[in-house]
Order: sequence, then C-alpha cells, then structure tokens
Amino acid sequence: MVKLLLAHQKAKAVGPQDSEDQATRGHSYQCSLQQKMEKMARVTTALGSNTISGCTMFCHLDAPANAISVCRDAAQVVVAGRNIFKIYALEEEQFVEKLNLRVGRKPSLNFSCADVMWHQMDENLLATAATNGAVVTWNLGKPSRNKQDQLFTEHKRTVNKVCFHPTEVYMLLSGSQDGYMKCFDLRKKGSASTFSGQSESVRDVQFSIRDYFTFAASFENGNVQLWDIRRPDRYERMFTAHNGPVFCCDWHPEDRGWLATGGRDKMVKVWDITTNRAKEIHCVQTIASVARVKWRPERKYHLATCSMMVDHNIYVWDVRRPFIPFATFEEHKDVTTGIVWRHLHDPGFLLSGSKDSTLYQHKFKDASRPVDKANPEGLCFGLFGDLAFAAKESLISGGGDSNRKPYGGGGDRRYPIFFFKKPDLTEQFAHVSSALSVFETDLESSRMDWFVKTARRYLLSGKPFGELCDHNAKVAKELNRPQVATTWTMLRIMYSDPGSLTTATGISKGGSIPLMNSFNMKEIAAGGLGSEGRLDRAKGETRQDSTHLDPGNSLLNNNDENEETEGSEGPADYLFGDAELEDDDLYPMENENATAEEAEYILPQEAFPLRHEIMDNPSVPEHLQDKVDSPHVSGNEAETVCLTPIKSFSLISISQPLYESHLPASFFSPVVREMLQHYAEAGDVQMAVSVLIVLGDRIRKEVDEVTQEHWYTSYIDLLQRFKLWNVSNEVIKLSTSSAINCLNQTSTTLHINCSNCKRPMSNKGWICDRCHQCASICAVCHHVVKGLFVWCQGCSHGGHLEHIMNWLKSSSHCPAGCGHLCEYT
Amino acid sequence: MDVSEGAGMWDGLGSRDIRSREMSMENISQEVLRRAEKIGPISKDVLQPLRSSVRSPDDLNWMLARLLMLSRRCPYADVRDKCLSVLQNVQDIGVQIPRTLGHGPSRFIPEKEILQVSKVNDKTQAIFEDTFAALGRLDNISLVMGFHPQYLESFLRTQHYLLQMDGPLSLHCRHYIGIMAAARHQCSYLVNLHVNDFLQVGGDSKWLNGLEGAPQKLQHLGELNKILAHRPWLVTKAHIKQLLKAEEHSWSLAELIHAVVLLTHYHSLASFTFGCGISPEIHCDGGHIFQPPSVSNYCACDIANGNGTPDEIQGKHALTDAPCEVEALMEKMKLLQECQEEMATRFEREKTESMLVAAAEEEDSVPTRDVSRHFEDTSYGYKDFSRRGEHVPTFRAQDYSWEDHGYSLVNRLYPDVGQLLDEKFQITYNLTYNTMAMHQDVDTSMLRRAIWNYIHCMFGIRYDDYDYGEINQLLDRSFKVYIKTVVCSPEKITKRMYDSFWREFKHSEKVHVNLLLMEARMQAELLYALRAITGYMT
Repeated sequence: MVKLLLAHQKAKAVGPQDSEDQATRGHSYQCSLQQKMEKMARVTTALGSNTISGCTMFCHLDAPANAISVCRDAAQVVVAGRNIFKIYALEEEQFVEKLNLRVGRKPSLNFSCADVMWHQMDENLLATAATNGAVVTWNLGKPSRNKQDQLFTEHKRTVNKVCFHPTEVYMLLSGSQDGYMKCFDLRKKGSASTFSGQSESVRDVQFSIRDYFTFAASFENGNVQLWDIRRPDRYERMFTAHNGPVFCCDWHPEDRGWLATGGRDKMVKVWDITTNRAKEIHCVQTIASVARVKWRPERKYHLATCSMMVDHNIYVWDVRRPFIPFATFEEHKDVTTGIVWRHLHDPGFLLSGSKDSTLYQHKFKDASRPVDKANPEGLCFGLFGDLAFAAKESLISGGGDSNRKPYGGGGDRRYPIFFFKKPDLTEQFAHVSSALSVFETDLESSRMDWFVKTARRYLLSGKPFGELCDHNAKVAKELNRPQVATTWTMLRIMYSDPGSLTTATGISKGGSIPLMNSFNMKEIAAGGLGSEGRLDRAKGETRQDSTHLDPGNSLLNNNDENEETEGSEGPADYLFGDAELEDDDLYPMENENATAEEAEYILPQEAFPLRHEIMDNPSVPEHLQDKVDSPHVSGNEAETVCLTPIKSFSLISISQPLYESHLPASFFSPVVREMLQHYAEAGDVQMAVSVLIVLGDRIRKEVDEVTQEHWYTSYIDLLQRFKLWNVSNEVIKLSTSSAINCLNQTSTTLHINCSNCKRPMSNKGWICDRCHQCASICAVCHHVVKGLFVWCQGCSHGGHLEHIMNWLKSSSHCPAGCGHLCEYT
Repeated sequence: MDVSEGAGMWDGLGSRDIRSREMSMENISQEVLRRAEKIGPISKDVLQPLRSSVRSPDDLNWMLARLLMLSRRCPYADVRDKCLSVLQNVQDIGVQIPRTLGHGPSRFIPEKEILQVSKVNDKTQAIFEDTFAALGRLDNISLVMGFHPQYLESFLRTQHYLLQMDGPLSLHCRHYIGIMAAARHQCSYLVNLHVNDFLQVGGDSKWLNGLEGAPQKLQHLGELNKILAHRPWLVTKAHIKQLLKAEEHSWSLAELIHAVVLLTHYHSLASFTFGCGISPEIHCDGGHIFQPPSVSNYCACDIANGNGTPDEIQGKHALTDAPCEVEALMEKMKLLQECQEEMATRFEREKTESMLVAAAEEEDSVPTRDVSRHFEDTSYGYKDFSRRGEHVPTFRAQDYSWEDHGYSLVNRLYPDVGQLLDEKFQITYNLTYNTMAMHQDVDTSMLRRAIWNYIHCMFGIRYDDYDYGEINQLLDRSFKVYIKTVVCSPEKITKRMYDSFWREFKHSEKVHVNLLLMEARMQAELLYALRAITGYMT
C-alpha cells in the first residue's frame, strides 16, 4: 500500500507566543544568571529596534567565501574565505566595501579563514579560524592597516569554528580538527581551558544563548556533546545525533532546551535537551548534506539551512512540516557556504555567502514558496493494483461523496475502502491535514487468467473455418465472456456460405445458435457498433423469429420456450428502445446470474438438435415470407406490442433483400474491421489477432499492414510476458505479415559446449572435433542422444528427456556422478 | 583460460560444513584418480607439458594445478591434507604432478610468516573462510593483507560491492575497467586475475585483444584512466564533459562514478601488488610448473621486474646498525611533538624535494607484451607535480575534502559506496597497534600522518594545517624512494628496495605501510576526479 503523505498547511505565521512556553518550562537552573541573560537580550532588542529595510541585492566578491558574520547593529557584514577577508556595509540598495582586512604583500595562512565571527557585544572585535590551525582576533579600532590583534596557535589542525560568548566580552571558544575545543580569555595570552573530544574532529561549537555556562560541540563521528565551561575534564552529556559527521548546530534563540543539528546524512534534527535523555523532537530530511543551520528570529519553528555539496539553494523550513521547505532562495550558482540572519530580531532578511564569489541579501518576501507549486493531490498504484489517493482534506470534503464515487465505482471490479489517515499530532499542530484513501483491488478479478486460458485453448488453424469459430466461441463462453463468444459465432455466420455452414454446424454440436443470437443483439448493442450494427440486429431478429415460426420441430419448441424469456426480451428491448444501452446496465445483470444461467444454457445446447439449422438454412427462400411476418409474431409474444411497428418494419425491409441475395462475405468486412479495431482499442488485442488469423484472407486486405503488424507485436509481447511461448510461436507462424514471420528466424542458433572438454562444439553433429568423443551422450543410458536432449546448465550433463525425468524422480544429483545438484527448469 | 567454468564439483569445498566438504573432496579425488589412471604412467614423456597449455576444467593438469593450489591455500586443514594425499596418489600412479613456483603469496615476505597468521588469529581465519566460500579461492592479496584483518574485512567488502553488487555498470565492464586500470601499471597479476573473471561473467574475448577491441564507450575512458593513473592533477572539468556529453557512446554520471572508483581502486591495488611483491596465483599461469625442479627455475614475472633470484643475503648485510635506526626515528617523533615550528613554506620545499627523490632506476623497462595491449600510450607516466613551466594550482585539502565533499558526491550517485570507502579510509588512517618494530606503546599517529601527507604532497594536495618539515624528519631517503616508487611507478619496485627501508621493522608493519600508500593514493586520485565531476555539475 502506498502511503502518500501530502502535507498542506495554512502557513500561519507563528508569532512570538513562546513567552508562555518559557514560563512553563522555567527551570530553576541558575536563576540569577538567566535573568541577567534575558535582560541582556532585551537590551539588544532595544538597540535593534531601529527598523531594518532593504531589498534583495548582491555584490561580487573577489574570491569564494567560507563564512560570513554580521555586526550587532546589522549594518555591516564580514566575509571571510581562503583569499578574502572584507567588511561590507549594508546600505539600502547595495553592499559597499568598507574595509579589506587582508593586508600585506604575501598574506600568511593566518588570513586563510575557515570561519569568522563578529562579536555581538563589541563592535570592534572579530575572530577568525584559520585553516592552518590558528585562531586570530582582530580589532577594528586599531589605527594601523593590519588589524590583527591576537594570535593563538595552540591547535594542531585546522580550526573549524570560532564562537564568542553571547554576553561575556572576553570569552572565545574554538573547535578544531585535532579534536580539541579551547576557550580563550582575550585578556590573557593563551587558552583558559581545553576540552578534549576524545580525538574526534570538532566541526562546530556554539555557546548556549540562554545558559551562561553551557556550550554544544558537534563531531565528525556523529556525536554532539554538551559541556559546562567550568568543567574541562569531562562533558556533561553526549548523544549520537547523526550517522556521519555533524557539520553544524544551533541553539534556539528563545527556547532554552532546543538545539538544531545538521549532518552529512542529509538531516536536520531538533533536540530537546531539557529531558534526561536528549530527545529528537523534529527531523527534516533535505536533499544534500547540511552545512549550516540557523534558527529564524521571531519564528519559533523556522530554521534556515544550506548544503555543502550539489545543492546551491538556501531553504527555510518549518520544522513541524518537514516534507516541503517553507521558503527557498535560489540565487546562488555554487554551494552556499555561510548564512546568517541579518538581525537578531528581524525575520525578514537573510545574508549568504557562496563559493560562487557572491554575497547576497535575501529579502524574505522575495523567497519562492515551494508549497504554492506543490501538487495538492497524489495518486499511486500499488504492486497489486491497489490505488492510493491523497489530497487536501478541504478538496475531498468539499466534493463529498459524489466526488469520490467515480473512483470507487469506476471499475466494476474494484471495491473501495475508505479510511482517513489518523491525523498525526504534529501535523495537526501545523495545520497540515490531508486525507488518504486506498482503493483495494480484488485480486481475483484483476487476474489475467482468462487471457492465459483463452490463449491456450483457442484454435487458430487446422480445422475448417466454421469449426474454429465454434470452438473459440465455446472457449470464450466457458470463460464467461459472452460478448467474445457471440462475436465468434457471428463471424462464423457471416463468413460461412450457407452450404458449408450447414455441414459445419452439423459436425460440431453448436446447436446453440438461436441462443447465441439472442445474445447477439445485446453484444452488438453494447459493443456500440454503428449503424451497421443494426443490420445484424435485424438479421438476428429475423433469424430468431424464423425459429419460432418453424413448425417442424416440437422438440425445438420446448427448448425454445425455455430461452425465449431471455431471447425475446433482449431483442425487443434493444431494437425498439433504439438506444445504446450502457454496459453497466446490461452486464452487471449478466455477471450476477452468470453461474446460474450457465447451467441452463448448456443443457439445452447439448440437447438441442442441430437439425433445426439444417432445415432452416437451405430453405431460406421459402421462409422469406414468414420472415416478413415475423415482427408481428414477436410482437405478440413479447409485451412490446405498443412499440412502433414502422420501425421494425423498416429494419426488416432492409435486411430482407440482403439476406435474400446471400450476402457476400465481403459485405461484412467493414463491420468486422471496425469490430477488430474496437477490440484492439479496448485492450483485447488477443481477440483482434485471433480473429485476424482465423479469418485469414477474408479480412486481411481490409486492415492495413501497419495496424496488423502492431496488433501482432503487442499480442506476441503479451504472450511472451505470460510465458506462453508455444502460443506465441504459433501466432508468429500463422501471421501473414513478413515482419512478424521473420521473428521466428532470429536467434535460432543454440551454442553448446562439449560435455567432455567444455569447449564449444562446432557444427559437426554429435562428435566433438576436439576430444573426438561423442558429446551428447545420455548420462543415464550412455547412448548418443538424437532428438530431445535435456541437460543441466550447471554441469552440462544430461540425456534423453525421459531418462532424465525418471532419474530425477529418485535422485537430485547429476546422473553422471559429477556431484552436482542438477536443476532443471 | 577459465578458472572454474562448469566446475561445479569444486563448489562444495567452500562449505562450512565439514561433511559436505568431505563429500565433494571425495568426488574430486575419484574423478582425478579416474582420469589419472586413464592416462597412466605412459604420459610421463613429452605429451604432458604440451597439454598443460590447453586449459579447461576437465583437463587433468588443470585439476592438478587446482589441487595444488588448494593444498597450499585452502583455509580448511582437512581439505589441504586431502588434496596433498590425492596429489601423492596421482604421483604414485605415475602421472607428473605440478609443483609451485615462486615463493609463496609474496616474493618479499617469507611464506611461513604469511600463512602463520591465519593459524594464530581467529578473525583472519574467519575472513579467509568467508572469502573462500564466496570466491572458491583465496588470492594472494588477501593472504598478505591477512596481517591486518580489520582492514582486510573492509577491503573485501568494498571490493565485493564494487564488482558483484548492484551498480550502474555491467559485471564484465567492471572487470574490464579493472584490467584497464591494472594494465596501466603493467600489473600482470591483477590483469590475469581479472581476465579470468571477465571471461567467467561472459565478457567478449575480443575485448582482450586490446582497447581497440572494446566498445567505443570504454575506449573513451582510456584517457581518464591514463591521466588518473599518472598525473591526476591534470584531470579537468573538460575531461568529464567529454565523457558525459550526450551522444551514442556517452557515460551517465552514475556510471562514471562507478568507473572512477574502479579505476582508482585498481591503480592503487596495483601499487600494493608491486609494493608487497605479490606472486602469481598457484593455479594461474606462472604459478606452477610441471617440469621437475632441476630443469629450469624461472618465472615470467620475475624476469619482467628484473629480479630473477631472491637475494636473501642482501637484506642482512646491514643489520648491525638496525636498532639505532628505530630509536632515532622515535626520538625525532618525540622532539617534533614538543616543539611546533611555523610551517607556512614547508610545503613548497617538500614539494620540490619530493621531485629530487628519483623513483627507482629510471631506465624504461619494456612492459611485457601480454599486458601492454590493454592500454595505449605506454610512454605516459608519472611526472613530478609542479615542474617548471607547468602551473597547476595546488589542491587545498580544506577546500575539497573526502569527508565533506567527496563522500557526499559518491554516495549520491552510487549509493553505499561512499559509506564503504569512507569506512575503508578511516580504518586505514587510524589503524595502529601502537608498536614500532620491537617497541610497544608507541603513538604512531604522527608517522602515519607523515606518510599519508607525503603521498598527497606528491600529488599536489596540500594541508594548510600540516608542517611538512615533519616529513623530512621522519621519513628517511630510502623510505621516500620506496614510497615514491610504489605510488608513482610501482612496476619498478624490486626486492632490494623493499628490503632496504626500515630494515628492522616487521613484515606486517611493511604491509601496513603499503596499505597506507595504497589508500592515500586512492584517495588522492579520487579527490581529483571527484573535484572535476563536481566542477562539471555546478
């Protein structure tokens, strides 16, 4: 069963509703400090209250950027990379380069930055992580060109991340490839404390925004550690967050307990760490490894991500709706390396730097919203023909039952089962609701048994035409396909000349003709043949009526009455109603009664003396008079007296002369052609091809070669899919199209190896010309096999088919004694 | 030429159940004896050696060769013993039996030492049994790698996935690419091994006549193969574009990744093969001989590599100054740990210095004809990175690393392989027993890193955070010569070179070094190829 989750969501802006949350979550943990921190936060709010405005804009950098960071007042941004280290001012409509920090003729590796951070308390203070393992601080207040302030070279490998403490001015944290995190006190020359990650490379370090002493570190082996800055000996807590490296982590700006992590395993996870065990509360699956993750200010559930490889876009997700990004920025031409929200309290602007050497400011209003383009409905077939349909709940409930009915009732063989997916809690929260309906297929009815059986049992050649038709009609009938059966019978009638028809029916016990005729009309009417169908109808009618009129046979009469209830009602309805009755009305009824009726049909058929036909047909001319009257008779019998007699007269008056002149077979060709086309288009190419073969020259000229070829190839293809090799071969053989015929001529070579020396046999017969021994010796009787030779493909021993079959009854090992457990398929 | 075509009766030997092993052994011995008796003692004369050139699973000689192989290499003692006794019986009948040529799995390492491993180490034994059950053989490479079971497991898993499991390339193509790659280094061992496998999975023998015989598509790969093998830093976006451009014989991205992984795998495996002096398989050409010992004692591969007779004496001549060599090395490591110097310009110096290390004797040995037909442009070889006149920008490891970038790309296009390779690289990089020669509890991370970075340095990959001065301190000249030869032109390795570096270290440690060389080389090649592909994709 296909489960299709299609989330739709009223993108309700989540306001700053979390103050309550905080109150409820309130921990008594370091109360005074927290108060202090919150005060600080409020102070920054106040500072940043001057409104930020701007537009989506970008500027070219000289080199790829590795990281960016903004100044506290959101007016400047620093861009750092291997060959770039610059400060840009953010103006209304453009970036303006303010300062190039990369000075000197041949800048040392200390300028090659993996990461950069602008202090959030001190506007003049910057820190960078250098690829050579140095941690550098820069003081913009310095009068000289070189603003480098302090240099710490304590790490042995590349430093991946630097992070200032959010409230403490002099505290700087770094995480390095060598597996150590170091906390520097900027007033001292050197690290205050070192934290060891047990020789695993550190990818990211982040001070908690709310808890003074806590910081999180993410590692290359998939772990995340939480440390207390006062206890460098051992981490407070550790949990495995991802499979593979965790490239980034970010604390929620408002909710103390939330930490977002992104990893190489293409996932962003949100952890609640207030509980004893870190609990994964949200998970977003992206399409590429996650390089950076940043919570969106003022939106509790939003975060932005960018990827490290392949995917160049920046996504903003609502974590409650992880299947589709809330917004996307698609400006960059190469991977985005750094993202940062412009201001701590403004969700409207995002800055990003990229490997394509551009720096962008994205205005949130300009983002593209994938949800708008997403298809609100999904439809999928299951392995066994089940159908699943998911759609917005509003769409479905709006339509109501009438909307759904077509899906359920469309196929008469499908029994719909409706159920609504029990709404997930998180989904509900995010106003995502969709309904999923699964329509199960009844296995029995969708089986192609009838196809296989029909293919096996149909006779396509080797007997007189009439007999073939009769046989096939019988096959179809037994498989409960009355329409096809009737078609066969009709074909026989149409194309047999009266004389041969007699003999033909005489031989076969196809005494069911009147019965068939009674169906005839239903079928044709259902088949929707055009005006020509009427002719047949009329003809059928006359014929049937003629049987009624036939006085010579009392036996017949008895039986006839038996089916008259069926027979006369049918034609009456169809003829006089003069409307195309839909299949639905007709067939369900038939299907229901099918089993019950079958018994009734068969008995009279068997008992039915064929002489009826014999008498009927040769004497056609004499009966003509009766036939003119026949409508009256039938009118009497059926209750349809009131029906317009004119119409029936007209019909008969047409059919009459036609019948009289022994209708040439070619007369029916257009009808039959249409019939074939109808079958082929309705998906029953089997019927089309079978009729084509059986009719042979009678119809071949009518259907153009290409169509024929097309039918043949599709039928052969179908047969081969059902592994009906013999039938398919027969069809190929019987086809008259040269393109089909030659299918049999291809790949008829069978390469065999000598069972003695295992070399390929040349075509010299039974003797291998390399080892001069008889190659095809039966492993059981040790005689040369001529004729049917079967052998194991594993050990190439074998022999006479029957010998091997006998042998395998008693043993599963190779009769040659090679020890192989032979397998024959 | 096929190893086990139609030879169903050998399959039972891989079973873990001793009963079924016994049963199929019984079958085999009956069959062999039956044939041996048929031939009888008459065929003692000229006929035998002639027949040995025609190989087929039913050929008695082929069977005998296989029995010989089993008697030496089968991980099950019962099979080994039984094979020996069958061979003995055959000899008693009067039919000539083959004997092994060469010197065990490796020409450099005494056979005893290698085979001892599985007897001591249960894990190794288990891996050997698994491999034997899967492949019906235990190749010499696996035997030598058996010194390091942890690595071997990962190696075999990766190789199995690359060759047998789901992947965009068809099976025979995979083996053919393996042949192409190994032929680039004239590694007849790998070529022979994969020619057999190639035919076994239904490859067209016409392809084996040379690259011209292969489909256009594979011919296009020739250029990439050549560059990757010898000067990977020259691979550009344009090469990738050339292969991927939409036309009849073009590659898909997924196929290309698969091919690139295979190429780099076999380039580096060729390094290992030569570096450890892997000898031909016993049951393959050149692995056994039917002539009695006195007639001649030659081996095609030995001749091709210019070391006909093993000179055991040579290795011992300087044992006197051995111990102090190890101590000196350890002393240096300790010193380096204590004082950190600035390292900004060291890379440049090391780069130029690595050029001065000549890779073995420069005379061009003519590759054996048999192998050379699988590749073209035989003159193309390793050229030192950053010669004057050519300005190839240095590859910065921080800008494109395996962990961050390469892995994601591979895993995206060829699922699971990124993971497998990642594990393999990590195992190799972190593998240590904390021993050095006779000393215990030594932190070898510095030495391992020096070797790894030295190899990457030869390919122009630079780590900003590495002091390349360490390399000069830790790796002495003969070791550098060995490394450079193995990595850049492995076909020129001789036993003398193998013996002359780190003379007092154990063989297992030298194999460990070879693993490092092999994986570092593979990663370097992969990084260049993947960077080019990433460049193409963006």
